[in-house]
Amino acid sequence: MMPVEKSLQQLVPQISIKNLNFYYGKAIALKNINLEIYKGHVTAFIGPSGCGKSTLLRTINRMYDLYPGQHADGDLIVDGKNILDKGVDTIELRAKVGMVFQKPTPFPMSIYDNIAFGVRMHEKLTRNQMDDRVEWALTKAALWNEVKDKLNAPGTGLSGGQQQRLCIARGVAVKPQVLLLDEPTSALDPISTMRIEELIHELKRDFTIAIVTHNMQQAARVSDYTAYMYLGELVEFGKTDEIFIKPQDKRTEDYITGRMG
Amino acid sequence: MNLRTQRKAINLLALTLSLAAMAFGLFWLIWILWMVFEQGVSSLSLSLFTENTPPPGGAGGLKNAIAGSAIMVGLAMLMATPIAILAGVYLAEYGRNTWLGNVTRFVNDILLSAPSIVIGLFVYAVYVAQMGKFSGFSGAIALALLVIPVVVRTTEDMLVLVPTALREAAFALGAPKWKVIMMVTLRAAKTGVITGILLALARISGETAPLLFTALSNQFWSLDLNEPMANLPVTIYKFAMSPFADWQGLAWAGVFIITLTVLILNILARVVFRRTAAQH
Repeated sequence: MMPVEKSLQQLVPQISIKNLNFYYGKAIALKNINLEIYKGHVTAFIGPSGCGKSTLLRTINRMYDLYPGQHADGDLIVDGKNILDKGVDTIELRAKVGMVFQKPTPFPMSIYDNIAFGVRMHEKLTRNQMDDRVEWALTKAALWNEVKDKLNAPGTGLSGGQQQRLCIARGVAVKPQVLLLDEPTSALDPISTMRIEELIHELKRDFTIAIVTHNMQQAARVSDYTAYMYLGELVEFGKTDEIFIKPQDKRTEDYITGRMG
Repeated sequence: MNLRTQRKAINLLALTLSLAAMAFGLFWLIWILWMVFEQGVSSLSLSLFTENTPPPGGAGGLKNAIAGSAIMVGLAMLMATPIAILAGVYLAEYGRNTWLGNVTRFVNDILLSAPSIVIGLFVYAVYVAQMGKFSGFSGAIALALLVIPVVVRTTEDMLVLVPTALREAAFALGAPKWKVIMMVTLRAAKTGVITGILLALARISGETAPLLFTALSNQFWSLDLNEPMANLPVTIYKFAMSPFADWQGLAWAGVFIITLTVLILNILARVVFRRTAAQH
């Protein structure tokens, strides 16, 4: 019984979602989601297109705030605070919850400034401290060796896979608690995808990771927990092994065996 | 005739017609450029840049007109560019689907197609008539009013082209909106915005109508913005209409200088824009 108890002790929820609903105008996109994302683990969100998995991810850092007409209700607790409350400082929230997008989005500036951009929003560092932070973040994202001699070159000049690792480094540099990855490898070739998956394994030591993916093998490879979503509902949530080996819900089984989706 | 040869024949016909249309357009353009070149080069001399516009029959140059044009165009760009870029940023980043944004965009489009003589008359009515005299400053205002709608439009268009994902990525790092715009969106659209500014500069360099009622002209050397100011387009207008051969020669030289400037600005704008295209 000891190992089980130990693993239970380690499960600290980093994010608690209770009765979450999300609306695009009047259309409901997420229906009564209840879920916990555990600290130091990778949680994968899978499901067919339009099931709401990306929407859920974009709720966690309040990305939807940019678009009038989109809103959420319920509880989404990050660091003890319901971040759906009106008075929440989204800048502070986004320092804690970083995000990497589907397509690599290097900013039109040098590699160094791409990394420093986010850090400068939240911290006042000396030149030396910033140099260290940039090196640290690029090392974490397994990019340092490739770019250390051209930190002043534009970020747009890197290859697609390098650009995506630059974006991960940029997110990591702010030292968030959580990293949200929204289909981070769907625009990349298999080799770059493999590198990023390896990276996810490394990063979960320091960060809690939530990843949306269309690729079920990827979910099986990188995640500890998996959530299957369908038509805005959370159908099933559990340990990745269990979801993929013996799903409880018929709909999950149909999806992962390829009969649907 | 089978289907395939028929298609080929139609293709050939369409190609011939479009080539003929292009040749027709180019013919006039090349004729104009050739004439400007031929007449202008023969009137070129160093004294163009060292002497002021002469009285009829005397020798002289275009020094005061070139300087006046440069001053008014420069001042107009200085006044108009910041306003226009800010307005373009508002339209693209803040007012995209708002009532105020749509009205502003509509009004700007009207200004964009307003005849320049209307702008000249407007500045005459609200500024020149109030001050009681023609002045270089009023000329710069009229030119600035022509620049604003062009730069507003290109700035907005270029900012709208910046992918949403890039903005979201900056927001996701916790950047406030103004920082996202200043550091990321405007930077990504930088060369497009500069191209718009260069094209506006090219446009006002040859404008005559807005200056007729504002800066008027000045036979003498004057850098006083509160006095009538010499400028190339009005000087050309005046000299070309005159019966004096040396004035006509100076007019051709002025035309040549303006055409060359506009040509260089257009090429510069293309080079700048191509550099962005290569980056993406």
